[in-house]
Amino acid sequence: MNEITTTRHNHMIDPSLSVWGWEIPVYLFLGGMVAGMMLISGYFLFKGRQTEENCSCYYLPFMSSILLTIGMVALFLDLEHKLFVWRLYTTFQITSAMSWGSWILVLVYPILAVNMILRPPKFQMNKFSILGEWKKYLINKPVLLKYLGVITMFFGAGIGLYTGVLLSSLGARPLWSSAILWLLFLISGLSGAAAFVHVIAKDVYERELLAKADNAFLIIELFVIALFIIGLKTATEVQAQAADLLLTGQFAPSFWVFVIGIGIIIPLIIQLLAVNHKISHTALAPLMVIIGGLILRFIIVAAGQYSHWFNSNFQ
Amino acid sequence: MARYGMVIDTKKCVGCQDCVIACQAENNVPQGFCRDWITTESNGKFPTIQLEIRTERCNHCTDAPCVSCCPTGASHYHDIGGVVLVNHNECIGCKACIASCPYDARYVHPDGYIDKCTFCIHRVEKGQDPACVSVCPTHCMYFGDFDDPNSKVNQLLQSRKYHLLIPEAGTKPNIFYLI
Repeated sequence: MNEITTTRHNHMIDPSLSVWGWEIPVYLFLGGMVAGMMLISGYFLFKGRQTEENCSCYYLPFMSSILLTIGMVALFLDLEHKLFVWRLYTTFQITSAMSWGSWILVLVYPILAVNMILRPPKFQMNKFSILGEWKKYLINKPVLLKYLGVITMFFGAGIGLYTGVLLSSLGARPLWSSAILWLLFLISGLSGAAAFVHVIAKDVYERELLAKADNAFLIIELFVIALFIIGLKTATEVQAQAADLLLTGQFAPSFWVFVIGIGIIIPLIIQLLAVNHKISHTALAPLMVIIGGLILRFIIVAAGQYSHWFNSNFQ
Repeated sequence: MARYGMVIDTKKCVGCQDCVIACQAENNVPQGFCRDWITTESNGKFPTIQLEIRTERCNHCTDAPCVSCCPTGASHYHDIGGVVLVNHNECIGCKACIASCPYDARYVHPDGYIDKCTFCIHRVEKGQDPACVSVCPTHCMYFGDFDDPNSKVNQLLQSRKYHLLIPEAGTKPNIFYLI
């Protein structure tokens, strides 16, 4: 038997780490969604679909900026020293994933703003007439729009993978010590965004395309989760035990039921039937995908904080 | 360049917590928190039981993940001895450093910034030992410079067996435990 006792009793540190509550998972989820939406919107621009009246590239950038702002508010609420938040932007720390992220987020807003010029909201058009001129200039430059699409996709992917790197760069938590956590968050963000856009898309072609794409993303996500687990199980003892938290431990019921079952398998079956015209498209499956993506972030953040190295000399 | 660290003799430590109280008094540590603490580890089955009592704190790692993950540079290596410190006026309280520390040596100060052991740098700069070292009734703790081959801490490491805490985390901790 090996027993370790400690006199330490610091708030949020003991008995297990719990410094990050709901704010970080919500931010990671919204960041992932925005990443996915930027990839989708950028892809449609790249393919020249701005010629379609109802192309989602006209409204996704505005929605992305709203969701990203909500996510950043959640991030701000998590800070313990809120008045010092401006310190993020007085320096660039090359080894800090959070520093990279804060600067990427600053660059994303102007890119979304340029995207929004393609069809500015009416209240803005009335206020700033110059927007109409910019819109006319941009819309007649298909090559320029292709480049804009590529840049939008690039920064969308940047946000998506950064949310994963943010956690996996914190090597003290064995569950996060995975080189493919970024891929899991990116693909989960893509599947959530595809599900969301599938529901709100006005264009029938885009709706069908995104339903099919979402099925592909969900299948890839299953593979990535399997690889994530295999990677941990075949690594060090602490990482194997961290994987067990999800497979059989205290986070297993919510992981299997909400992430794998409700978040991936069931919506995948529903959407496969829908794209094969066996049943009609409803908002149910996309909603399940989105909820599954949110709960995935909650579980990864909570279980990651719970996982730790063994501070043992004898074993 | 100096590299400050500690050597702690686990054969002498009795877990009296004098070091914990001394730290709290010296550094005005808020009530309910501690920068150092006592860990007791027992292993085996009667009658072959091993017991180790040790005083723990921030390991002031040479390759500190709390420094590399800090987005503002608030967590930094001090010019003197490579001691890991937090600049309160630059800390935004994002808690990434807390999550990155394999020793869970940091905590959120009620004033919002992240707090931890400083090796009592204000005392060290005056040529004094950290408070915890100076009050230890069994003299189980030694503070010194590992870059000085003649220092007491280096002599102890040459003459005794020792272990580190969680060396597999790869952070190059600077507190050594004599066994």
